[in-house]
Amino acid sequence: MDSNEPMLLLSSRIGQIGDLGLDLLWRFIHIVVSLCHIVSGITEAIQSYAISLGLIQKYTSIDIEKLRCLAVVVDIEVARDVSKVVELLQWLTTIGVKQVGLFDSQGLLKKSKDMILEMVPGSMLLQETGEKDISPDRKGVAIEFISSSDNKEAVVKAANILLQRHLKSSHPENDDEGENVFTETHLNEALRVVGENVHVPDLMLVYGPVRSHLGFPAWRLRYTEIVHMGSLKYMRYGSLLKAIHKFTGVRQNYGV
Amino acid sequence: MVDQIRRMGGGVSQILEQIHGFARRCLFRVISMGPLPTHLAFIMDGNRRYAKKRGLKDGSGHKAGFSALMSMLQYCYELGIKYVTIYAFSIDNFRRKPEEVQSLMDLLLEKIKSLLDKESIVHEYGIRVYFIGNLALLSDQVRAAAEEVMEATAKNSRVVLLVCVAYNSTDEIVQAVKRSCMNKLVKHSEGGDRDIERIQLVDVEENMQMSVAPEPDILIRSSGETRLSNFLLWQTGNSQLFSPDALWPEIGLRHLVWAILNFQRSHSYLEKMKKQL
Repeated sequence: MDSNEPMLLLSSRIGQIGDLGLDLLWRFIHIVVSLCHIVSGITEAIQSYAISLGLIQKYTSIDIEKLRCLAVVVDIEVARDVSKVVELLQWLTTIGVKQVGLFDSQGLLKKSKDMILEMVPGSMLLQETGEKDISPDRKGVAIEFISSSDNKEAVVKAANILLQRHLKSSHPENDDEGENVFTETHLNEALRVVGENVHVPDLMLVYGPVRSHLGFPAWRLRYTEIVHMGSLKYMRYGSLLKAIHKFTGVRQNYGV
Repeated sequence: MVDQIRRMGGGVSQILEQIHGFARRCLFRVISMGPLPTHLAFIMDGNRRYAKKRGLKDGSGHKAGFSALMSMLQYCYELGIKYVTIYAFSIDNFRRKPEEVQSLMDLLLEKIKSLLDKESIVHEYGIRVYFIGNLALLSDQVRAAAEEVMEATAKNSRVVLLVCVAYNSTDEIVQAVKRSCMNKLVKHSEGGDRDIERIQLVDVEENMQMSVAPEPDILIRSSGETRLSNFLLWQTGNSQLFSPDALWPEIGLRHLVWAILNFQRSHSYLEKMKKQL
């Protein structure tokens, strides 16, 4: 028994040294990854400034009519700084975007909606405009404020509406499988009844550390192009123009 | 002489393969020092473009895509990633030309049946297979084969493969809502005069077909497209999305490793987001 102890101690020490070596290698790999991100960040910043100064021809004109509905997802840490959100909305108004859905998971922007609408010239709440007012001649941007409560909770409310409808239907016994009540069209309509906008944004800009939709209403995300813009704190006008321009060149086949 | 050269060539490529495998396992050992995703999802986009780019005949792109898929699965399971979900066929894809749909269904049937072979990846890694989607839209043959594989692998528990076929997210949500409603109606009719219970979020969540797996940590869509195309919309609120430019048959180890390294960089932020919801 005693002769095994030094061996066990030795193998444990070797294991610890091995793990330390692996850990150092892992950290080294991550340093290389960080360097790659720094280099691509610098390239992106230079390109963005060139675009803002109008030096790159192809970004000087954008077919903004293709972008009917834009979603902007903001990380909640940054959503507290409303001034950056207002600046972004002002840029979007200058570019000619007509409809913007502003999303943060906790609804902080919803709470500041009056302040935001006041500070963005020509802006109005989307519900006030109604779809018929979103015409090319209308000036200013229609803003919709969205949070997580418009995602899964809204679907649950819509589900309860469909449940009541099925219960009240004149011949529920003939429709045991619910084929006439539980379809995508019916759920879509029930979501509208609950007060939700069901339009699918064409493009989503994510301002945060990670490319993720952060819980934006799932029902509306089907064919939305999702682009990561980095931190809102360091947002750049040129990067915004580039993202919108790239979107206008996308061709979807919708699975066909 | 020619036979000797051929044998030597075969031997050299075997040695190279073993060196490659050894190097890969060493790399995985290093990467495993950081947090690893539990669930990876793939949108396998770009098979047709690959075939066109290489001047191959129709259908060859999907076969090349299948090989890429097998490699990816091997890498994921070697790394110890427990859940892998793949978007094999969307409900929207039924609108493609009938010959293409039939050829895809034939390939699907062939590959589903091959999962039952003793030498298949399913047996090598002890994979439990789920087929997720509106299976009623599939032909009887394909549906029966899928159900046979699900039954045959039901006792496996090491790793899980979820194959989304005849699937889209909005259909999954509608079916979950429908099942939740039907359950409430059954309870109501059994309960006599009691008022019908309202549906809660937990009812819809447990009736989602994807509830057999946790939410994906990473979703990778090949071919550089940045949309989700109606895939796992409900489940990806806290997922990191990647869109490498490579077409699906060109996807390789380097794309997987890059996605995981970036996931490790963002891990603490994503964990914080999950706790806030």
